[in-house]
Amino acid sequence: MNAVIKLADIHKIYHTGEVDVHAVRGVSLDIEPGEFVAIMGSSGSGKSTLMNMNGCLDRPTRGSYFLDGLDVSTLDRDDRAKIRNDKIGFVFQGFNLLSRTSALENVEMPMLYNNQRISSAEQKERAGKSLELVGLADRADHKPNQLSGGQQQRVAIARALVNRPSLLLADEPTGNLDSQTSIEIMGVFQKLNDAGITIIMVTHELDIARYTKRTVILRDGKILTDERVAERLNAEAELQKLRAAQAAVKLA
Amino acid sequence: MKFFAPFKLAGRALRRNKMRSLLTMLGVIIGVGSVIASVSITTGATKQVEDKVASLGQNVVTVFSGNFSSGGMRGGWGSAPTLTVEDSRAIKNEVANVVAVSPEVRDRAQILANGLNWNTQVIGESPDYPQIRDWDIASGGMFTEGDVRGLGKVAVIGKTVVDQLFINDDPIGQTLIVRNIPFKVVGVLESKGFNLFGQDQDDVVIIPYTSHMRRLSKRTFVNSIMVQAASKETINQVQADINTLLLDRHKSAEPDFTVRSQLELMQMATSTSRIMSILLGAIASVSLIVGGIGIMNIMLVSVTERTREIGIRMAVGARGRDILIQFLIEAVTLSAIGGILGIALGVGAAKITSHFTGWPTLTPYAWIGIACVSSAAIGIVSGFYPAWKASRLDPIEALRYE
Repeated sequence: MNAVIKLADIHKIYHTGEVDVHAVRGVSLDIEPGEFVAIMGSSGSGKSTLMNMNGCLDRPTRGSYFLDGLDVSTLDRDDRAKIRNDKIGFVFQGFNLLSRTSALENVEMPMLYNNQRISSAEQKERAGKSLELVGLADRADHKPNQLSGGQQQRVAIARALVNRPSLLLADEPTGNLDSQTSIEIMGVFQKLNDAGITIIMVTHELDIARYTKRTVILRDGKILTDERVAERLNAEAELQKLRAAQAAVKLA
Repeated sequence: MKFFAPFKLAGRALRRNKMRSLLTMLGVIIGVGSVIASVSITTGATKQVEDKVASLGQNVVTVFSGNFSSGGMRGGWGSAPTLTVEDSRAIKNEVANVVAVSPEVRDRAQILANGLNWNTQVIGESPDYPQIRDWDIASGGMFTEGDVRGLGKVAVIGKTVVDQLFINDDPIGQTLIVRNIPFKVVGVLESKGFNLFGQDQDDVVIIPYTSHMRRLSKRTFVNSIMVQAASKETINQVQADINTLLLDRHKSAEPDFTVRSQLELMQMATSTSRIMSILLGAIASVSLIVGGIGIMNIMLVSVTERTREIGIRMAVGARGRDILIQFLIEAVTLSAIGGILGIALGVGAAKITSHFTGWPTLTPYAWIGIACVSSAAIGIVSGFYPAWKASRLDPIEALRYE
């Protein structure tokens, strides 16, 4: 099978002032279609830099990066924008929805920048389907300030999916959420992953990483460990357990 | 990106900050409004003066007798006896591109009719006169060349004379007594109103110049000669040729006559209002520039404020170009709407001014076009730098921006 992501000896050096910061020092990583990978590491480990390069927001200083078999490490700004639009969906820690803009319009946004012209009717339809997929079809007209954190993150996931990307990148998607909502979001990810979407997620929460299939730990710009998740958690089951526990203390 | 999408985005962004958008537009509204208002007022004034000059006739060259500085003594126009009927004949026969000539003799006289009397201007002209003055006959007709040859006792009268002497009945065929000589009224002229100098042009009795010279004023010289050139283009040549011809005929070193063309008169009469319009236009343009600076300022603030939004858009695939277009169209939308409202304001202000002061105002369509184009141009110019700045943002930095 062709790897979705194929990183070969990636380096990233920031030239800031007099000292060069060597943020990523030779990372090689293959990610196959249908994988669900957690990238972990303390701050300064280079995980954000690696994610930026994975997301074609940044270019490696050295090394090659094949995305879907295409060498994207040498592309210019505009071409990388096209790749981001076509092949990658982003989910951020801070949701990053456009304020005072309805959920549906937020989800439609990436289609504005699509190379093929998509009619407004089709945009609306696709955005609606995307919202349905994350269970928010009934909130299409809500503005972000009328939605809870978990709902906002679902809108962001719907937005990431709307251009049918081959890769979903999530940067600390549960960082701003409480534990129950975090599990709910992980449930959404697991469902999407089961449907065949490749997901890479940065997190520093160990228990969140246990919902993924593979954990890569970075330290000082290098891969420290890269292993399968042994006892994978199922979000659905965990939620039920949590609800049962809450019912027991009459919280819910 | 789709063609209409940026306009939709711009509209949404501007609606999000309604008050700010409105205040930003206000600069352009006031700028365009003042340009349109000042142009309307000065154009109206110029048009009024031009109409007055045009009421003189079509492509008219006038020859006045009399020298302006003869031996230190200066007589008024037409005061010195230097022009003759032969001069006018020579002009008609020898100068190219002359279509009509009328020697003119002027006098004031008390006239009687219907038992009423009235003091008016009695002028002697040739039958070409209405054509030269572009003056239609309301009823009856102009006297003829035969009347000129036969010293006919016929008259064509103006509207004011009709109003004063023939209040209730048709003046055609009636008798008018000028200095004990009866003249038959053969025609009535259309009303022409006041001329450039505020004189009532309708207060006039026109008779054949021969009748005037032999019967009435007993003169051998004419006051002036009115000449009609074939076209606007030939008027200057006709003027120069008349000058040469008359100098030759009068055999004098210094000209004892003055030749004025309507074109010259037009230029003299409108020069003041032209200077005014340039001045007012310049002042108004300054306010337009200030409006543009206002837009640039707000767009810069907006780019900074929306750094995160720009980052998100870039992350999902917007190219620098898309961001540039988005902000540029926002700026242009602001200034274009401001421009349209400004045009409405300017036209309204001109109308109100006209209503309260009685000044005629006129908004040239060309200036409405100029205002539209220049307000859009202001949007592009003042929006470009902020938009370019937005398009150069690094998506990673922009996403991190708090």
